[in-house]
Amino acid sequence: MNNSIAFWTIVTKEVRRFTRIWPQTILPPAITTSLYFLIFGKLIGDRIGPIGGVSYIDYIVPGVILMSVISHAYANVVSSFYSTKFQRNIEELLVSPVPNWVILAGYVSGGVVRGIMVGGVVTIISLMFADISIAHFGISAVVFILTATLFSLAGFINAVFADSFDDIAIIPSFVLTPLSYLGGVFYSVAMLPEIWQKISLVNPILYMINAFRYGLIGVTDVDIKLAFLITGCFIVVLSLFSLYLLKKGIGIKT
Amino acid sequence: MKALSIRKLTKKYNNGFEALKGIDLDVDSGDFFALLGPNGAGKSTTIGIISSLVNATSGSVTIFGHDLQKDRERAKTCIGLVPQEINFNQFETVKHIVQIQAGYYGIGQKEAKQRTERCLRQMDLWTQRDTVSRRLSGGMKRRVMIARAMVHSPKLLILDEPTAGVDIEIRRSMWELMEEVNKQGTTIILTTHYLEEAESLCRNIAIINNGQIVEHSDMASLLNRLNIDHFVLDLAEPIKSAPHCTGYQIDKISDRSLSVGVPKEQGLNKLFEMLTAHNIKVISLKNKSNRLEQMFMDLIGSSAAEQS
Repeated sequence: MNNSIAFWTIVTKEVRRFTRIWPQTILPPAITTSLYFLIFGKLIGDRIGPIGGVSYIDYIVPGVILMSVISHAYANVVSSFYSTKFQRNIEELLVSPVPNWVILAGYVSGGVVRGIMVGGVVTIISLMFADISIAHFGISAVVFILTATLFSLAGFINAVFADSFDDIAIIPSFVLTPLSYLGGVFYSVAMLPEIWQKISLVNPILYMINAFRYGLIGVTDVDIKLAFLITGCFIVVLSLFSLYLLKKGIGIKT
Repeated sequence: MKALSIRKLTKKYNNGFEALKGIDLDVDSGDFFALLGPNGAGKSTTIGIISSLVNATSGSVTIFGHDLQKDRERAKTCIGLVPQEINFNQFETVKHIVQIQAGYYGIGQKEAKQRTERCLRQMDLWTQRDTVSRRLSGGMKRRVMIARAMVHSPKLLILDEPTAGVDIEIRRSMWELMEEVNKQGTTIILTTHYLEEAESLCRNIAIINNGQIVEHSDMASLLNRLNIDHFVLDLAEPIKSAPHCTGYQIDKISDRSLSVGVPKEQGLNKLFEMLTAHNIKVISLKNKSNRLEQMFMDLIGSSAAEQS
């Protein structure tokens, strides 16, 4: 059994799926982020003034890019894997000799590719509004990929447990979006009262956004090593948990 | 060599329902095997376990000598499944559905394309290869599932009610196709509610009821055990009541038709002699029920009686 062929089959299928429906998957973040940059960055941002030594619009660009990556990597895997369950074509995979880790890697990679494509589109749009020169390319790229991987894994777990299309909307609406907005996309946590600064530190998205911001513009509210450690730990734990769910067939077998 | 060997297989669902109560089952390589049973008997659970869609509670499944638990990859490579319900991605094209499945079995893109063309041509679907699958007719969708199941050339093909809900023309063409596939050496396990389908296609049979195998033999010897054949006779002239013919059980269905139970040792010649003596002219006769159907009902009935 050639696992690499099975892996690329899943990845190709996933990429073909979201590119086929690009007006639903690629176009909306382009429009939304253009509005963010125009309203928050230009119109309001000019009155806020600089943060951490950079203009407000330059400050929010990394957070807006990563927020798009988070939501779209998550959305890709949760909607695709849940649809696969819903239409029962998950059975095509379960009957075949594809190992569980290849199934997981294939779906997560599909989410990462969508994250990269959406992140790329948003980055291009941001260049029309902001003056970004990448401070640490390697750190930016690694944080970008790790964040997309982490939220693809989270989307996979959500899809495994989901019993209806409502279940795949709950986490993005009530958990991901609030955590992203409160993760310092539009502000520095140093601007918050002390108690809220401490509370913000339990939000893992804060670390990823700040690590990415450090990579792009060299400004951060948190320790970069700690950010990598937290992201890495989450990826390991979620990967192991996803493999456990696949092995037991939870949510996909009876 | 055994294509399939099942030992002490049990399945208890979370709600406490015991779907399989320790079944043993063997299917020879090259066989065309019928697995029959009423709804809820355990057929789909058995097939689900063989094809890794359902977790067994205990017991073992061996496919062409490969244990499904210990030698999972090789065991699964031997199987092709045509499920009861449409389960492919309805937004994919016919061609992609089959090619993707080939990829899951580690078949490279070039070969996958060749195999896809061969399978789709065999299923008479090549002209529909670029059609989005949800636009196909019911019969075509079933043939897509057979093409998908065949693309990796499985040694064991499991057909779970493949002809359910399709018209008679498609059903007959699918029978021919299944026979052809079996002749080429593929072992086939068929579940169906059309018992004439099982009787005409399958050489061996197992009947499952209440999670237990109640019959496991070859089709010919099973049907030989049927002592009475039931016929419907169409009459040339109307009759007032059913005639009395010693040794036969005769009931009037209508003025121009009779139901007759014919014991094997009596035969039909003597019946016709007696009917002629009663001035009854028979213009045609047909089996009241399919022979396997009658045997099936007897076995299911006696199994239910034993349980109660």
